[in-house]
Amino acid sequence: MNDLVIDVSGLRKRFGDLSVVEDLTLQVKRGEICGFLGANGSGKTTTIRMLCGLLEPDAGEGTCIGFDIRRQAHDIRRNVGYMTQRFSLYEDLTAFENLDFVAAVFEMPDRQAAVEAIIERMGLKDRRNQLASQLSGGWKQRLALAACVLHEPKLLLLDEPTAGVDVKARREFWDLIHDMAADGLTTLVSTHYMDEAERCSRIVYLAQGRIVVQGSATSVVGESGLVIFEAIGDGIDAVARRMRQAPGVEAAGVFGRALHVAGMDRAALAAAIESQGGGLEWREVEPKLEDVFIHMLSLDEARR
Amino acid sequence: MIGFSFARLMALLRKESIQIVRDATTLRMIIALPIMQLFLFGYAINSDPKHLPAGLLSIESSKYERTIAAALNNSGYYDLRQIRSEAEADEGLARGDLLFVVEIPPGFDRAVDRGENPSVLVDADATDPTAIGNAVAALSSVLTDLNRDLPPIRRAAPQTPPVNFIVHARYNPEQLTVLNIVPGLLVIVLTFSTLFVTTLSITRERERGTMENLLAMPVRPVEVMIAKIVPYIFIGYLQVGLIIIASVVFFDLPVRGSLPLMLAAIGVFIASNLALGVTFSTIAASQMQAVQLAQFTLMPSFLLSGFMFPFRGMPAWAQAVGNVFPTTHAIRIVRGMLLKGNGWSEIAPEIWPMALFTVVVIAFAIWRYRETLD
Repeated sequence: MNDLVIDVSGLRKRFGDLSVVEDLTLQVKRGEICGFLGANGSGKTTTIRMLCGLLEPDAGEGTCIGFDIRRQAHDIRRNVGYMTQRFSLYEDLTAFENLDFVAAVFEMPDRQAAVEAIIERMGLKDRRNQLASQLSGGWKQRLALAACVLHEPKLLLLDEPTAGVDVKARREFWDLIHDMAADGLTTLVSTHYMDEAERCSRIVYLAQGRIVVQGSATSVVGESGLVIFEAIGDGIDAVARRMRQAPGVEAAGVFGRALHVAGMDRAALAAAIESQGGGLEWREVEPKLEDVFIHMLSLDEARR
Repeated sequence: MIGFSFARLMALLRKESIQIVRDATTLRMIIALPIMQLFLFGYAINSDPKHLPAGLLSIESSKYERTIAAALNNSGYYDLRQIRSEAEADEGLARGDLLFVVEIPPGFDRAVDRGENPSVLVDADATDPTAIGNAVAALSSVLTDLNRDLPPIRRAAPQTPPVNFIVHARYNPEQLTVLNIVPGLLVIVLTFSTLFVTTLSITRERERGTMENLLAMPVRPVEVMIAKIVPYIFIGYLQVGLIIIASVVFFDLPVRGSLPLMLAAIGVFIASNLALGVTFSTIAASQMQAVQLAQFTLMPSFLLSGFMFPFRGMPAWAQAVGNVFPTTHAIRIVRGMLLKGNGWSEIAPEIWPMALFTVVVIAFAIWRYRETLD
């Protein structure tokens, strides 16, 4: 097997007239944590489902863990851990029973030991005999992650795994993912959270079913060409409101005590500050991933 | 491609069983409901109604007529009242005010005394034959009473009965008997309870979102189907056992054939229903739709299976349709085995259509079962 765990090209999926994924080409190397970003409906879930054989692509081809995504869906399923966006284990089974079921379906040789090991590793010991329906959001995610890594997959496909989970649980969840990546597990994870995107070794940004930009967080920020000016002082809320109307300003927002103004054209931005930003101390700062992300989201909207 | 795996099937079976046991409300329902239905329908249909309204139609007054009237009233089945005309009799029967009209011919006393064996016409409303069955049977006891009143010379040699009762079953010439109903009911109740449990099975996975996870795992469609069906075969047997015991205890149902053989045959019937339910479940987009599909098949199962109406009375095309349904064959098997003591050679022709039905339906379900979310 070569070093590419995911290697697909020209993937397309349409539901009726609606084009959900269009000409998507993606390569993910072993051990990478690849973050899938994009607005709701940009095709993240559909792409993930095509990768694990749950949806058949209308066009395009490629391999996932070395298996053909069209013809070898069953082999892919054996080697992929897929965590659905919505909790999809059995709520009327306990944590243990769910894991035991998954282990048995994957025909794991030493089922008992494997289940106990994953319960231990995920810290599910105190929850093992609770019905899944009684678990809180964070514990449900953990159980779901346990269920999809239980059979020692080579690739993890996580579809917004931490939606609606508190900060601490999210942090712990990501620590687990990095742990597993260190062992060579490849992960493709979709998310809306910037802090999570920053923890990915690579970011893939999708808009309307196409990849708009990809690379490390730093390179995505660097290549964006976005210019940010920051001001600190009194009355920034009022200035922010005026600035939003000014030409050359794409976004103006208040973060704590600072006002951020973003735009693609440094000269136009400077002119806007000259005319509207009176009385404040301005300086140019490095754009953050979040700035770039919001910039790309508004580009999406403009294109629609 | 991966092949069938027994280990995976066992995993699925364990999972289904846990889910069934944990859904206590449904489990209680599928055990209690058949029994409740049996009693409800059983007693409603099988009750032995007494004091049925009856008219006594006679032109002239006679002593033997009075004997007959007294005997009928004493039997407990008849509440006689005098009526005056044929028209009144017809109207009473049509409206349901009267279930019987006993018509004494003119010159009755003389005819009896001379040993002419006159006929007494009993018009019976046979729309509900079970309701009048016992009352009709009670007519013979009237003859005993009548015998006592006869002149000695006639009483000494009663080679022929003094009076001939002619029962005219109006509205429904083909009389089903009480014992005909209970075995049929057993099958009908079973059809009800088994069809619905699996009808919901796969749509539930879909609506709860667990289908996506199940599909993402390496399970085969046939494994999923079998795992959905097998646990309910056991529950079906539990129902059968309870129904048979209740029928024997409360409705004096005779068991004349081989019970193990009948249970084996019923197993095929249960499987066919469960398979049909699973198939509906794979076709339907929602649980609601699945239930509607199931209801569509319930009506013909009731009406064309010979449960409600005599099978041989139906036109050929309706018989052909009826023969498709496993319920039709199961009713024949159960009636035949319980009442006539039928054995393997008699029921074999009823077994294979149910088995064929099961195989075809499962094959269709597997063909329809999508391994993708497309």
